[in-house]
Amino acid sequence: MMLPYELIILLSLLLLGYVFGRLAERRHYRSIQAREDQYRQLLVLAERHLPPEYVTSHESRLVMGNVVVSVDYFKMMIATLRNLVGGSIGAFESLLDRARREAILRMQEQAAALGTGVVIFNVKLETCRVSGDASRGVGSVEVMAYGTALYPRGNASR
Amino acid sequence: MLISNLEIVPGMRVRRHLGLIQGSTVRAKHVGKDFMAGLKNIFGGELTGYTELMNESREAAMARLQEQATALGANAILNVRFATSTIAVGASEILVYGTAVELERMGV
Repeated sequence: MMLPYELIILLSLLLLGYVFGRLAERRHYRSIQAREDQYRQLLVLAERHLPPEYVTSHESRLVMGNVVVSVDYFKMMIATLRNLVGGSIGAFESLLDRARREAILRMQEQAAALGTGVVIFNVKLETCRVSGDASRGVGSVEVMAYGTALYPRGNASR
Repeated sequence: MLISNLEIVPGMRVRRHLGLIQGSTVRAKHVGKDFMAGLKNIFGGELTGYTELMNESREAAMARLQEQATALGANAILNVRFATSTIAVGASEILVYGTAVELERMGV
């Protein structure tokens, strides 16, 4: 029996998405964990108020990090099916989790360049859909993290 | 120009508030990048082209913000916020806004 042409394409897209998407996700999580260990000392706080001792000894600077990640075909299909019955879409949750952690890591990277003893205050996260085709739902999503890095006055400015 | 998303700057004090200022850009990606993104939508992963594009647009928006601040005679922008929205297919707006202030160093 000959399979219809469309079905073959759909199945191969699903397979490609599943295999490559899974590989990419696993690789990304490994790299995120490694870098999170590396930046463990660099505090990231949502706190808006500076401790008094920082006011006299530190300088401040805006730091930010962003990333645009894309869903794969398999995840998109899972989400479409999930839409029928409702409930949480794990495939998208892990995507956003990765994107957020990546954005924070990039912000930390920028802050780390300011030297030692850096703390990032008032961190805000922002998420936005960036997709070529709005009718197809989530194509890709941008996450941006920004905050103010406080570094000891002795560190090289700029 | 000092840019911060806190309300205070260590070691400095606000002498004058100069009001809300903003800078924005609307950017679209070119067809080649959109095509690559289409492929990536099958395999998943980071869209490096878009990440760079958003970064560039954000820098452009911040440059406009700083222009406005300079025109007002400010030397710092405090409480800066970013906002992004998709306004049309393949185009997004990036907005940066904050308070322009004139700071002076506190006698420590």
